Amino acid sequence: MADQDQAGEIRSYTMNFGPQHPAAHGVLRLVMEMEGETIIRIDPHIGLLHRGTEKLAESKPFNHSIGYMDRLDYVSMMCNEHAYVRAIEQLIGVEAPERAQWIRTLFDEVTRILNHLMWIGSNALDLGAMAVFLYAFREREELMDAYECVSGTRMHATYYRPGGVYRDLPGKMIQYKESPWHKGKDLARMNAWREGSLLDFLDAFSEDFQHKVDEYEELLTENRIWKQRTVDIGIVSPEQAMALGMSGPMLRASGIEWDLRKKQPYAKYAEVDFDIPVGTHGDCYDRYLVRMAEMRQSALIIRQCVDWLKKHPGPVMVDNYKVAPPKREDMKESMEALIHWFKLFTEGYSVPAGETYAAVEAPKGEFGCYLVSDGANKPFRVHLRAPGFAHLSSINETTKGHMLPDVVAMIGTYDLVFGEVDR
Amino acid sequence: MSQTTPEQLADLLRSHFGDAIGNVRVTHAQATLEVTAGNLVKVCTALRDEPDFHFEQLTDLCGVDFLGFGEAEIPQSDTATSQGFGRGVTGTTAPGRFDWGNRPLHPQFLRRFAATVHLLSFEHNVRLRVRCFAPEDALPVVPTLTGVWPSADWYEREAFDLFGIVFEGHPDLRRLLTDYGFVGHPFRKDFPLIGNVEVRYDPEARRVVYEPVTSVTSRLTVARVVREDSRWQSAQSEAADDWKDN
Repeated sequence: MADQDQAGEIRSYTMNFGPQHPAAHGVLRLVMEMEGETIIRIDPHIGLLHRGTEKLAESKPFNHSIGYMDRLDYVSMMCNEHAYVRAIEQLIGVEAPERAQWIRTLFDEVTRILNHLMWIGSNALDLGAMAVFLYAFREREELMDAYECVSGTRMHATYYRPGGVYRDLPGKMIQYKESPWHKGKDLARMNAWREGSLLDFLDAFSEDFQHKVDEYEELLTENRIWKQRTVDIGIVSPEQAMALGMSGPMLRASGIEWDLRKKQPYAKYAEVDFDIPVGTHGDCYDRYLVRMAEMRQSALIIRQCVDWLKKHPGPVMVDNYKVAPPKREDMKESMEALIHWFKLFTEGYSVPAGETYAAVEAPKGEFGCYLVSDGANKPFRVHLRAPGFAHLSSINETTKGHMLPDVVAMIGTYDLVFGEVDR
Repeated sequence: MSQTTPEQLADLLRSHFGDAIGNVRVTHAQATLEVTAGNLVKVCTALRDEPDFHFEQLTDLCGVDFLGFGEAEIPQSDTATSQGFGRGVTGTTAPGRFDWGNRPLHPQFLRRFAATVHLLSFEHNVRLRVRCFAPEDALPVVPTLTGVWPSADWYEREAFDLFGIVFEGHPDLRRLLTDYGFVGHPFRKDFPLIGNVEVRYDPEARRVVYEPVTSVTSRLTVARVVREDSRWQSAQSEAADDWKDN
């Protein structure tokens, strides 16, 4: 309620937003100091989804925590795993086989599209465009099936392992079964891409996906309401973006050409051909354009990975029993293999003392894992650098002087997921 | 955009700062710099502004508690004898197996709390890790970096919340992640994993009440063991040694 002072002027008042609010992207609570509709100051209260992942990881052998990584940023699961797994690999000095690295590149990009689809759907929904959400989730479903096909789960894959990936790509893509709702021609249409292997499916998907992005763009890019809600909203200058710790599309939309996949390449990013989309204006609309262009680039990377993977079979896990379990057949014959298997699954492996910081270009920005080991089979300290955490901390700077609805636009454009902000 | 390697960076740091900084090491192709709390802000300002460094971004800042570094959860009795191999002996009781006074002294870390900062230079495409130990263990105090990089704000609040490291000069050092009214600093090594209190709804008091933890007990699933043997070197020689044919 506005207090009126004696002169009759309206003083600023404090307003609460969330944590139960459809545009709060989970559990964000904002305490806003407002003057009418204008924001004077925002104080975000976070931590409602704090699960102490970093502390939990200290109590478990290294491999047990891979699954926790999926649950941080739960819309870009495998990218989180990638950072953690890379940190372990750096400390133990193991490098994944080439095919595993291509698979990681492939699934990082699948994940990027998954994440951006979630983002475009929810951001458009926040700003009043319902239809985009339905379009985006149509494609998300296909990619979830790719996740399921390779790891057995649609979201929390636990697929990357130190030394490679859990298993090779399956030869057969999962198909829809006949049901009272889907049969005959309908079923054949749904399974059209799914007759061959997972790679065939991803190939067909990524070829078609450019048209799908056209569809989203048709709904939004020239949409008058969309532009009114996003153009010139939340402008971040390049200097601000660097100082505020921004990364990923937030940084690139402000005109800084910085992408870890290009600048500090990991996996097989040095060998694939793609462009870094860069914005000029640093507003919500530019960030939208950057992410749309990124989805197109991801589809191109997927095609290149599929092409390589089809031609080059090979191992997907290092042949080192300290980190990778021996084959079943070997265990029947070899005492040594049995001992390794037993040691690996009861005690895990000890990682030499040291510290490292491994970062990947996650869909939301730089996702880093700072790992300190003291030579034990459990991490001594894991710190996860989540892009959303740094982004959200800048919300006071970026929305000061904006109107209340612009805060919703800004939360959407930050692409916040509270699993990673709160950890 | 130029490219500075971590080794070049380490040399630059040594020649530029001289005695103002502690040890500079390059491990796993990453440079680490140790700075005392007294020099931290001065060094960091130079790291941001000097053309040789130009660390425009503070990417990450986190607290580390070095209590119990290199200690196994169940200490081993003396290694192999004619009777057999070393066995786990009863450790001091969990949670928080020992207090700081009875800590096993590890020569690498004489103090307990450190703030670790990760810096990134877009111009030189290089990262740097800066570690600053808090001089006091009872009340760890480190100067704030919010004046140098604004992104330090929330990271320092987080480290204060989780480790109780006080960042001197921080404009708004409140808890960030834990609950309103939380007591203690949960990421300290002597804070039990199961916590100290649990909440439940009390129908008589008709509100949520805090009580000591009773619903779960502290358990050890996989014991922490430290193996400073040559597993990683021997792994390579073992791979070469085709034992399957033996």
